[in-house]
Amino acid sequence: MRSRGSNNWRVLPLQIVVCVCGSAQAFADPALPWSPTNIFAPASTPAKSIFGLSLFVLAVTAGIFLVVFSLLAYSVVKFRKRKVDDGREPPQVFGSNQVELAWTVIPILIVVALFMATARVIAGVQRTTRPDNAIEVIAIGHQFWWEYRYPALGVVTANELHVPLSGDNHPTPTFIRLLSADTDHSFWVPRLAGKTDLIPNHPNSMWIDPHQTGLYLGQCAQYCGTQHAKMLLRVYVQSRDEFSRWVWQQSQPSHAGDRASEGRRIFESTACINCHTVAGTIAHGRFGPDLTHLMSRDTIAAGATTNTPQHLRQWIRSPDTVKPGSLMPAMQLNDQELDALTGYLATLR
Amino acid sequence: MSTDSIAWPSTTAESRPLVDRLHEWITTVDHKRLGILYIVYALLFLVIGGIEATVIRIQLIRPHNDFVSPQVFNRMFTMHGTTMIFFVVMPVLFGFANYLIPLMIGARDMSFPRLNAFSFWMTAFGGLLLYFSLVGANGLYGAGNAPDVGWFAYAPLTSRTFSLGHSTDFWTLALLVSGFGSIGTAINIVATVLCMRCPGMTLAKMPLFAWLNFVMAGLVILAVSPLTAAQIMLLVDRYLGGHFFDTQAGGSAVIWMHFFWIFGHPEVYVLVLPAFAFASEIIPVFSRKPIFGYSVMVGATVAIGFISMSVWAHHMFTVGMGPNANTFFVLSTMAIAVPTGIKIFNWLATIWGGKIEFKTPMLFCIAFLFQFLVAGLTGVMLSAAPFDWQLGNSYFVVAHFHYVIVGGILFTLFGAFYYWFPKMSGRMYSETLGILHFWLFFIGFHLTFDFMHIPGLLGMPRRIYTYEPGRGWDTWNLIVTIGVFFQAAGILVFLGNLLWSYFRGKAAGTDPWDAWTLEWSTSSPPPAYNFSVIPTVHSRRPLWDVKHPDDPDWKYE
Amino acid sequence: MNTTSTTLPRPELEWELPARGRVGMCALITAEAAIFTIFVVAYLFYVGKSLRGPVPKDVLRVPIFYTICLLSSSLTIHAAAKALRRASVRSFGIMWSATIALGATFLYGTATEWHRLIYHDGLTISTNLFGTTYYSLVGLHGFHVVVGLMCLCAVMAFTLVGAVKQEHAERIDVLSLYWHFVDAVWIVVFTVVYVIGR
Repeated sequence: MRSRGSNNWRVLPLQIVVCVCGSAQAFADPALPWSPTNIFAPASTPAKSIFGLSLFVLAVTAGIFLVVFSLLAYSVVKFRKRKVDDGREPPQVFGSNQVELAWTVIPILIVVALFMATARVIAGVQRTTRPDNAIEVIAIGHQFWWEYRYPALGVVTANELHVPLSGDNHPTPTFIRLLSADTDHSFWVPRLAGKTDLIPNHPNSMWIDPHQTGLYLGQCAQYCGTQHAKMLLRVYVQSRDEFSRWVWQQSQPSHAGDRASEGRRIFESTACINCHTVAGTIAHGRFGPDLTHLMSRDTIAAGATTNTPQHLRQWIRSPDTVKPGSLMPAMQLNDQELDALTGYLATLR
Repeated sequence: MSTDSIAWPSTTAESRPLVDRLHEWITTVDHKRLGILYIVYALLFLVIGGIEATVIRIQLIRPHNDFVSPQVFNRMFTMHGTTMIFFVVMPVLFGFANYLIPLMIGARDMSFPRLNAFSFWMTAFGGLLLYFSLVGANGLYGAGNAPDVGWFAYAPLTSRTFSLGHSTDFWTLALLVSGFGSIGTAINIVATVLCMRCPGMTLAKMPLFAWLNFVMAGLVILAVSPLTAAQIMLLVDRYLGGHFFDTQAGGSAVIWMHFFWIFGHPEVYVLVLPAFAFASEIIPVFSRKPIFGYSVMVGATVAIGFISMSVWAHHMFTVGMGPNANTFFVLSTMAIAVPTGIKIFNWLATIWGGKIEFKTPMLFCIAFLFQFLVAGLTGVMLSAAPFDWQLGNSYFVVAHFHYVIVGGILFTLFGAFYYWFPKMSGRMYSETLGILHFWLFFIGFHLTFDFMHIPGLLGMPRRIYTYEPGRGWDTWNLIVTIGVFFQAAGILVFLGNLLWSYFRGKAAGTDPWDAWTLEWSTSSPPPAYNFSVIPTVHSRRPLWDVKHPDDPDWKYE
Repeated sequence: MNTTSTTLPRPELEWELPARGRVGMCALITAEAAIFTIFVVAYLFYVGKSLRGPVPKDVLRVPIFYTICLLSSSLTIHAAAKALRRASVRSFGIMWSATIALGATFLYGTATEWHRLIYHDGLTISTNLFGTTYYSLVGLHGFHVVVGLMCLCAVMAFTLVGAVKQEHAERIDVLSLYWHFVDAVWIVVFTVVYVIGR
């Protein structure tokens, strides 16, 4: 009897090596520009602690994998039925208590080691107390955008979170309280921290202390409805000076255009004010993002598209063409109204 | 020498009217027929679930793709998950359990044949109800038809406010109905294993297949019931104005998660224990040795059963349960890796020193061993809660659980199909097509699910209908999608093999594999009454004792 | 070609396995217990968390009498089963109908309590968390009492036409297991709702 499969197994290790090499490249260089959301490129203490733990866990599991894989591969080769066979059954071995004991005790020891390493990191991340100089942010998840309020600084904004750099000499972490206005969401910016969920009636909190300035990307990581995919996160880590400047600018009332401008009239007489706030005007809606400083943002619709006049106009004209299923209704405005309105919004710096 | 085997009525010379034959199938209470009904039902839904997966992967082949709208995509992943778990894997495993347990324990049928039929039809109806949502669930404009809340249907997304129309109700009712079917089958398995074993077959001499399905049935009883309770609560919320999960009234969204995962985690052991059962029967036969460490295997299975009831909140590490709860669930989850690892070692030891025959069933089981090792290790990674804070809800998790369900469960399931097809049909399958199936599917599986881990490590969350370019996810998603087509080809070859061999395969005989458990002592296919005489057994391998009267197992056990 | 069934040796053997009716019913009871546990957990979790509306200590009155009725029905059903085992069908019939009467009385008590809560105290399933969890838990239990009573009445009907005999004692035992379970659940529900939760 021919055993057809006996030669084909040799391909298996080769395939595995190819896979591993290909994937190793992905995390070889943590600062590879094409992955701004690489969990192995931490830039903040929570992400760094996780990274450290992950290296330990990966090392242990890789070790186990190599040992067991080798044993399996060896046994599949060594104990295959040869073409020339005496037709007798091999020795019928039923078990061995010593062997069973060995491969029970060793895994238990490994589990204990892994558990202790893990418990330490959990405590390190989740049992911290907020220092006095921490920046406090309240993040409220909405379908499908992020609201940010800085209660101590008097700032309300949406979708683009600005935080100060937290250097070693003067740590300034940002503590974020996570709430939800509707359904479940999750705040995930991989390079800054692990994800934490935003659940209605269940406030959570997390903290970050970014060590490098720059823009950090992420997105909602708990399915929240139709446009879960486009609830993107942008965290701008700025130097202390730049951050102070940003705070000052955000806490001003709107630099509203000419009080009698047509665009502002449209904004304040259509349903816009039901959902949106523009500080210093009659618009006090909370359902949608605060637009007071709309032009200070790089993107609109929670990162769905860049903040250009053309995109803004398109968004107002028909949100469904930008983000189908978003909760902003099409406002049924004609072309002139759209132009005027976009012109007004462009003054909200 | 008796030739008292009776082939299925449909292969006798006189052909009976189709209506009569269908009526027999619809009213059958014979465990073998019900087993086949379950299996065929599951294969149909496997194709449907596979099409849903293909749609998902085509949409994700490149960023900002518009193959389907977000609404359709969200329905696709909901239906894919729900279908595969409840209407493919569970039914097919129940089908094999139904078919084989009475044969393996020397009984003539399950304990409660009519309950058996009732359970099958409840499950079948549940599946039809779920898919009826495609036509029946039109609610308010834009409310969609098939459910789109994800297979775990988190609150408050499932409340009336956020799930307009009736699609969520179809999800709830379909699972409620099929849940009753599952519980019925589980009760049947428990009663059969405890009450119907043939003389001499103490629990310690029962095939591991029966043990593993027995523990699985216990888990179904303990775990599907919480899901039933949670779904009743959801219906109370949606229809009677209840507030179980109504956060505006002080209710808790997290408590749905707890209830769901108290079901959801044992559920994955419900899915995997029968896969272990297949491996535990096939690997010894094709290694020509008994299973290594039978008692330890039983002990490990029971341990897995118990511990699995205590790990559920590792699905909730990011929910904000607090460091103490997180730490506890890390411990319990890591603990369950120990008995699971022990099983892998025992299978390895079974192969060790044997004479391996690389027939198709064994090819699939060997691949299972390698793949389940990887799946288990990625599970250990996820059990480290802080690591899960990055990996959770990302494509890493999707890769992990598909590695278990496809790489582990589906592979052993294919092995089981090839192994027992001769017994069930009386014919041998084509070994060439079997090997072709194996390699196509193996390549496709690894292309898809090996590379799927990477986008997860690079920050790609799950359940997103599209993604941004420039995050480094594009190439990996492309490779993942390509693998799907290899898998689809493999499945087609598989189905073709089954069909062709059913009609044209050569006669299999009673015992084509020279195996040792009781099902191989009766004809292929078995007669309606299974055994002309109820056997008496003295060891775990009754046929070994018959074939080797000079060296029977009961001298060593 | 071999289609032989391999014959296996059959020396005589003492072989006694548990009765499948009992095992099946115990498995069913385990599943039901798991369902009830979830409802009890929800009830306990939400104690004191209602934002508005009636609270337990304002509106709940401890149903001592009806509880005694239900728990006594366990005694009567036990007596009935014993009677049938000793082939005394008449006593069986009397005890069985006593069980039904006691069970029905309990249901009547639940009905009047609910009537008062809804129409007098304004507590419905949608009023608040207490209402939702109370009606669901007590209602689920009541549903199981109804199902049990239906089975008991069916047996009563069979008894009246003379179809129930000593040989059916095992089945009666299995059915009474279910009834005992329903009573045991009531003990838990009673403790949780009227003692702990108040």
